[in-house]
Amino acid sequence: MIHQAEYHSLTEEEQRQHRREIRDVVLRPLRHTGLLGKLWIAGLIIVILIGCYAYYLQLRYGLKVTAMRDYASWGLYISNFVFFVAISLVGALISSVLRLTNFDWYRPITRIAEIIAVSAIIFAGLIIIIDMGRPDRVLNLFTHGRIQSPIVWDVIVVSTYLVTSVLFLYMPLLPGIALCRDQLTEKPKWQRWIYKVLALGWKGNHGQWKIMKRSIAIICILIIPLAISIHTVTAWLFATTLRPGWDSTNFGPYFVAGAFQAGTACVIIAMYAFRKAYGLQKYLTEVHFNQMGKLLVFLCLIYAYFNLNEYLVPAYKMRGAEGKLLNDLFTGHYAPLYWSVQVFGMALPALLLLWKKARRPLPLAIIALFVVVAAWFKRFLIVTPIMLHPYTTIQNVPPNWAVYFPSWVELAIVAASLAGVLLIITVFSKFFPIISIWETLENEGIELEELDNPTKAAS
Amino acid sequence: MEKEKTDGSARRKFLKFGLLAGGATLAGLGIQQQLHADTIPPSGKKIKLMTADGKLVEVDTNHMHHHVAENAISNLQARQGIEGKKFVMVIDLARCANARNCVEGCQKMHHKKSPVEWIKVNKMQDARDSAPYWMAQPCFHCDNPPCTKVCPVDATFKRNDGVVLIDNERCIGCRFCMAACPYNARVFNWGANWGKGEDSTASPNACVTTCNDSIETSLQDKMGTVSKCDFCVDMARQSKLPDCVTSCPNGTLFFGDANEDVVTNGEDTFRLSELIRDRAGYRYLEELGTEPRVYYLPAVERQFPFEEDKEIHNPKE
Repeated sequence: MIHQAEYHSLTEEEQRQHRREIRDVVLRPLRHTGLLGKLWIAGLIIVILIGCYAYYLQLRYGLKVTAMRDYASWGLYISNFVFFVAISLVGALISSVLRLTNFDWYRPITRIAEIIAVSAIIFAGLIIIIDMGRPDRVLNLFTHGRIQSPIVWDVIVVSTYLVTSVLFLYMPLLPGIALCRDQLTEKPKWQRWIYKVLALGWKGNHGQWKIMKRSIAIICILIIPLAISIHTVTAWLFATTLRPGWDSTNFGPYFVAGAFQAGTACVIIAMYAFRKAYGLQKYLTEVHFNQMGKLLVFLCLIYAYFNLNEYLVPAYKMRGAEGKLLNDLFTGHYAPLYWSVQVFGMALPALLLLWKKARRPLPLAIIALFVVVAAWFKRFLIVTPIMLHPYTTIQNVPPNWAVYFPSWVELAIVAASLAGVLLIITVFSKFFPIISIWETLENEGIELEELDNPTKAAS
Repeated sequence: MEKEKTDGSARRKFLKFGLLAGGATLAGLGIQQQLHADTIPPSGKKIKLMTADGKLVEVDTNHMHHHVAENAISNLQARQGIEGKKFVMVIDLARCANARNCVEGCQKMHHKKSPVEWIKVNKMQDARDSAPYWMAQPCFHCDNPPCTKVCPVDATFKRNDGVVLIDNERCIGCRFCMAACPYNARVFNWGANWGKGEDSTASPNACVTTCNDSIETSLQDKMGTVSKCDFCVDMARQSKLPDCVTSCPNGTLFFGDANEDVVTNGEDTFRLSELIRDRAGYRYLEELGTEPRVYYLPAVERQFPFEEDKEIHNPKE
């Protein structure tokens, strides 16, 4: 990355050289896939195929192949759904909140954040259908839908957020697609045809830039209430019930805060992976990791504040059934998991990342990995222990009804859904530039119109 | 022109002949069947029947054909409920001795078997030093039902007569209602024929429950949908008591109509308002505001001393 003044002091030839360089670097992963990359994709596909077989068994024999029973009637699928919805919020945070608040360093990261958002929200929708006892009746939601039900609210906001996120990914991508159309002439015919169609005749003239930037500005604002409502509604799936542990007015903001924290950690991991795999050290710099590390500290602290409200205030009172649940979380059956999640996923990252050395790419990526894994288990702790601590007692049931540990089918399906998210991100990065060239260059003060018009720039 | 005409008439003739032949064959078959029916050996057992014009006739049991009374309930009727009724239940905890006949009676009535229980009998102890007691828990058919509120497809609904039912042909199996019910009254059909018991024809209610399958009989519990206690409204339509009520040896459960202000366990009949006033009736977890339609009478002056259950129920899935 160079500064605006530096760029303008270059000769025209050097400027062209600079623009060609970023193009070559960004397009390189689209041109070649190494052995490691192929193995990675093959591995993901195998995990997905195992998951498909597991789902076939579930369709054939019913949900009895899961470990869920009448008391733990929601399990891993639902907690995984909450996890996916959570990480999908980061698209709005990185690309929109930072954009609107006039930060500039975020620009090379926007596309990574957006593709994480899109793929996570797709699998959030899929996993909720997988959880249904009668997926064949999913259309009943439209033919007999009741607007009073939070599930219908969720269907509305998830689908709206999906469409908006796809647009938010697609529109800034137009110059990138046009670049692929013009540069990747060695690609097979069908792929070039796809580029041609998707580029929507992008020429990079003044009018087109104007329309695109205006559209992005509109979506930028639209997506913030959408992102907040999608996760608030997800929180309401729990908070609108009378269960001790879910019956909380704090649940919406608590979920949103956790979502931003987990999503930011996901983006950090993806940044590290792309930087390493695609050699993007020049564009995903230490500055970006440093900034993302600071952002993560901030989000961990906000999440800690909501956790304090969510757990310590009821713990002060220790009321009835909720008291039993909290005892089980703090000192009982779930204590090892609960404390690991709170310490390694929230407290320790917030503390460690105060040091600049911890915000360097590798240590930050490792800490972010802890945050993401802890976030996934945290969703499990939000769903399962509450189901097993109802107001009534659990008596006269088979032993496996009073506990919950997911069956291999559930684990395989959830693993496949995680692999699916990773596969979408990987395949996307093999077809489209994962760094937004124009946003990166605009940051350096480079005229956008000449960017897309090499002939004009050359003349 | 002429030729065409003859052709046409020939075809008509052929068709006529064909129809005649076909009709004759059918008639012949019918007659044969009739003859065959008469050859069924009589069992010797005769049953006296009243014909439609008021004559008393004797028919051999083997020559009788069973016809079901055609009173199947439509979905619309099942969603509206029985007019003028407000069903209610009173459970007298002083009479409950954990006989669990209500559980078994309910399972038999709804062709269920262990471990699927639509009515549960739980050991309760309100405080550490207070006396334990047994508590039968059906669905409470709440007047402010948390379950029907959250249903995304209106598969579970509240009726005018106070009963909460499930349409298993519409349920999508999201299990939100199960998460929403604070009493865990709902059960899920985790697999095909989940907890399916015998289709007991020995039951006096066999025909009611097997022949007129509707939302009210709750026998459509398909795989991947939610089921629960239905207050036996199909029995109520025939002015009969639910099976849990009639199978209790101690008369613990009372069923009735709040509009008529009367509840009965089959032997004793009480004014509902007097019973819950005089015996300090209460509703379970009243503070949740779900307004249950099931009242409990506290376990005072018990008919049986509390005995721990020595048996383990539903040990296997």
